[in-house]
Amino acid sequence: MSVQKTDIIASEPDPNLGYRSFKFGSFEFSRDEYFVHIKWPKGSHIMEIDRFLRAMVRDIGWGFFYGWIFFDDVFGTQNHYGTVDIYAGAYDSGHKAKGIDLLETFSAEDVKKAFETISQDWISEGYDPLRAPLETGRAEGSKGKPRTDPLVRGFTPAKRMLGLDGDNPVRSDEAGYPVNRAFADLEFDQPDIEVEPGFEGQLHAINLFDHIARSDVTWNPSVTAVTKASICCVTSEEHMLPVIHGNDRNEWFIQLTDEIHWNIQDKNSGDPRGRIVMKSGDVCAMPADIRHQGFSPKRCMLMVMENGTPGLEQQYAKGELPPYPIDDDKWA
Amino acid sequence: MTYKTQVGSLKSYDKGVIELQDDLKHYAFSNVFEVANNSKPFERVAVAKNLEYVAEAVRVEGTSPWYACPHDEFVIVMDGEVEFDFVKLDEAAVPTNPLGAVQLSAAPNGQKMGRVRARRGHQVLLPAGAAYQMKSSAPSVAIIQTAAGPVTIERWSEICTLS
Repeated sequence: MSVQKTDIIASEPDPNLGYRSFKFGSFEFSRDEYFVHIKWPKGSHIMEIDRFLRAMVRDIGWGFFYGWIFFDDVFGTQNHYGTVDIYAGAYDSGHKAKGIDLLETFSAEDVKKAFETISQDWISEGYDPLRAPLETGRAEGSKGKPRTDPLVRGFTPAKRMLGLDGDNPVRSDEAGYPVNRAFADLEFDQPDIEVEPGFEGQLHAINLFDHIARSDVTWNPSVTAVTKASICCVTSEEHMLPVIHGNDRNEWFIQLTDEIHWNIQDKNSGDPRGRIVMKSGDVCAMPADIRHQGFSPKRCMLMVMENGTPGLEQQYAKGELPPYPIDDDKWA
Repeated sequence: MTYKTQVGSLKSYDKGVIELQDDLKHYAFSNVFEVANNSKPFERVAVAKNLEYVAEAVRVEGTSPWYACPHDEFVIVMDGEVEFDFVKLDEAAVPTNPLGAVQLSAAPNGQKMGRVRARRGHQVLLPAGAAYQMKSSAPSVAIIQTAAGPVTIERWSEICTLS
């Protein structure tokens, strides 16, 4: 795996639409009113611009997350934690069979810079790809007034637990996070904490549902509590996960409220394996050999459990660990 | 437009579905309310497992034994109200097992740290170095984020949807 060191190259703005086109490695990116056009020496691909930008901004914010982020069945990234693959057709049987797929590896920093450059040029004021579709403007059309607020937000992880002294704060009205319209029917109270003298700051509890209900972004797991390398992330989900995620390790979903419909595919071929509908209280593993994409008809609360042990992805890739979480001898 | 948020409980939950051309054991699909309904009080049943780490579903009913753990644990209350009492352990009394909670044989000697009363949706820190006891006057449900240890129960065949 050779790592390219390169900068993104921008064209002059299109005189009609106002957007720039970009070249990064062997990939070229341009957009029109409705679509992004991705070209590489042996092929090309088209994708809805809204889906592309929703995926790209999350990919930046996640730090390329765990494993594979498929923007759609053809284009995406794979995180190697320091370097990142950008691919087109590399995990699509049609492109592979024709020999027109491409995968190039870059430093994570270069990819982050490239994706930020594209996103900043292609996102205009009024459109926020992190928000649910009902809560933002549109990505389509010609270039408008540039956005001045940060594109990426809400991704800062808690170090031990939200709300502890020196750690990330919980969301609140005062901090500019009102309860989302979809959770207006819930009542939120605070836990009662009684601390004996001398132990101030050592006992701690929060209303986690209140924190999630105030999130202004969707499909954006943020770390709330950490047990060694076991990471509890929570997120509010509405509409559809704008990527297809193929993890490089097992992860777990715990559905806190409402429901999500998950489409499951084979990770390497993309062939459908079926579906899972998770409702409040349901727990389900996402094995390391699948891709998954979620659909949430009503905004819901989801907890994600990840194992952040460094180097785990290599153990799964080498087959040293099975791609599923419960050993066979535990089913007796 | 008004919305109705669906939140399960011990008395009322609607388990989802899993329809896959795959080995369903690989997905270990369960429901914490169903697990708690079929558990004895304070059985700590693993419902998620990431190598050494687990999430345990617990039916909280009455007064639990005392537990302690060499690392932080976290609880999310999913139904009912749970009271947590905390006692600071002397250094010599801190569990020596590397991971997971242990059940203490008796109430610990040590200074009382205080208590937390938590209800649905609350998340509670169970700090390393403290012993804790759970209490509930009515059946409640909690999820504990921890590592697999001496009190963790694994009975996947009983709790998971396999067909």
